[in-house]
Amino acid sequence: MNKILEARDLSKLYGPGCPQCLELTGPQADTNLCPRCGTVVAMHGVSFDLHEGEILGVMGESGSGKSTVVKSLCFDLQPSAGKATYWDDGAPQDLFALNAARQRWIRNHSFGIVYQDPRQGLNFNITAGGNIAERLLMSDLADYGAIRSRAKELLARMEVLLSRVDDLPRNFSGGMRQRVQIAKALATRPPLLFLDEVTSGLDLSVQARILDLILEIQQELKTAMVVVTHDLGVIRLLTDRAIVMKYGRIIESGLTDQILEDPQHAFTQRLVASAL
Amino acid sequence: MAAPILEVEGFGKQFCLHEQGKVIPSAHGVSFKVYPGQLTALIGATGIGKSSVLKGIYRTYLPCAGRVTYHGADGSTEDLQQASEHRILELRRGEIAFVTQFLHCLPRKPTLDVVAQPLLAQGLPVDEARRRAGALLSAMQLPERLWSLSPATFSGGERQRVNLARGFISRPRLLLLDEPTASLDAATAESVIRLIQGLKQAGTAMLAIFHQPEMTRRLADQVLELAPPLPLPETAGAAA
Repeated sequence: MNKILEARDLSKLYGPGCPQCLELTGPQADTNLCPRCGTVVAMHGVSFDLHEGEILGVMGESGSGKSTVVKSLCFDLQPSAGKATYWDDGAPQDLFALNAARQRWIRNHSFGIVYQDPRQGLNFNITAGGNIAERLLMSDLADYGAIRSRAKELLARMEVLLSRVDDLPRNFSGGMRQRVQIAKALATRPPLLFLDEVTSGLDLSVQARILDLILEIQQELKTAMVVVTHDLGVIRLLTDRAIVMKYGRIIESGLTDQILEDPQHAFTQRLVASAL
Repeated sequence: MAAPILEVEGFGKQFCLHEQGKVIPSAHGVSFKVYPGQLTALIGATGIGKSSVLKGIYRTYLPCAGRVTYHGADGSTEDLQQASEHRILELRRGEIAFVTQFLHCLPRKPTLDVVAQPLLAQGLPVDEARRRAGALLSAMQLPERLWSLSPATFSGGERQRVNLARGFISRPRLLLLDEPTASLDAATAESVIRLIQGLKQAGTAMLAIFHQPEMTRRLADQVLELAPPLPLPETAGAAA
């Protein structure tokens, strides 16, 4: 398997920063707030590789910097330091060095992003089908009939009733909104999908079906995925490898079953031991 | 005798529990070889570290000492403790399978698909994978009316058969079995014994822990009794 994404030393600081920031924060210091200058070290020294068709888990408690990692990789926020390389059809792209137009192109065509809050991923003022069409229009598809049939096909794949294609997402249940969001993210058949807490807040039966659909998609389309979650059950069921974050740092990484059954770091041991 | 598939030398494992400041000793100084077409059984009292050896080989546990040399289908030789995560995943997909006492699978997934999963991961077409899964489940006497249901609703013995079928289906080169027959009735255990014998004939090397001494007696070509864990000096925990 070839590499599709490589992140090296990603860092994000909110605040003026001082020479002691990095020393005085992190898991050892038990804070991500620099006591000298008040800078928040949201992410520091984050490095990992992702191979084609692989699912990587990013786990940790709220505020550990999981979403910051995903947001910087999808250009939603600008990292303070670090490098990320994405292989676009085998050609390495230095993500943060690309111009804005090229970044937008990669985000629209090669990446799919599914957020915890469907409001971030969907436009609530246009229909479910329209949301997907919007994304298809950004790619090469321009024929109305083709767009509509592709949108229907995607929604059907995510088990959204076709009678609801022309309904507004605001009138959908939480689980349905997530299905529409995933269908939209998959519209351009991106080789890389980011899933940020996509099943949090859904009831268990809906959660199970959505996880199952995600796995089916991964098997069918060989989509590589970065799955951010604080739910160890999701990590266990979806991922092969995982990284564990705390106060913006990676404290442990490895095979998922190893992290869950033989965690090495004190924090991971506590996290695993507190799982229901 | 054929060359071994797996060579374990001086394997050791202990657990550092940081919160409690404790070190729990498990297996230590374990050495053995596993040959194609043969079954090696690990025996010893509960807590002696039998499962730790199996999990250490599969890399579910990070071993603390020793070497685990695996001779791959492609003629390669490598220490599984040093192999990259991606290499381990590749071996798990193609060559090394592990059957535990517990079955982890997605809720509500039909049994047939749970069993077919390893073949799908290898890229086999769905129909073919399902057909082979069905054949195996029949051989294990799991009634066809259960195939479309999730194993979550099954009895212990039924679930264990699903778990075994999932381990057997890809005909791995190396199969690790951790008490796979603990909750089977006599008749089902017989069919599992037949399947294990079939796999042995096909050349699969097996490393197993059996609940019943009877199984060890009937299936093992080599029996290895583990030594009890070494007691640790009192200060070891404080340093952790």
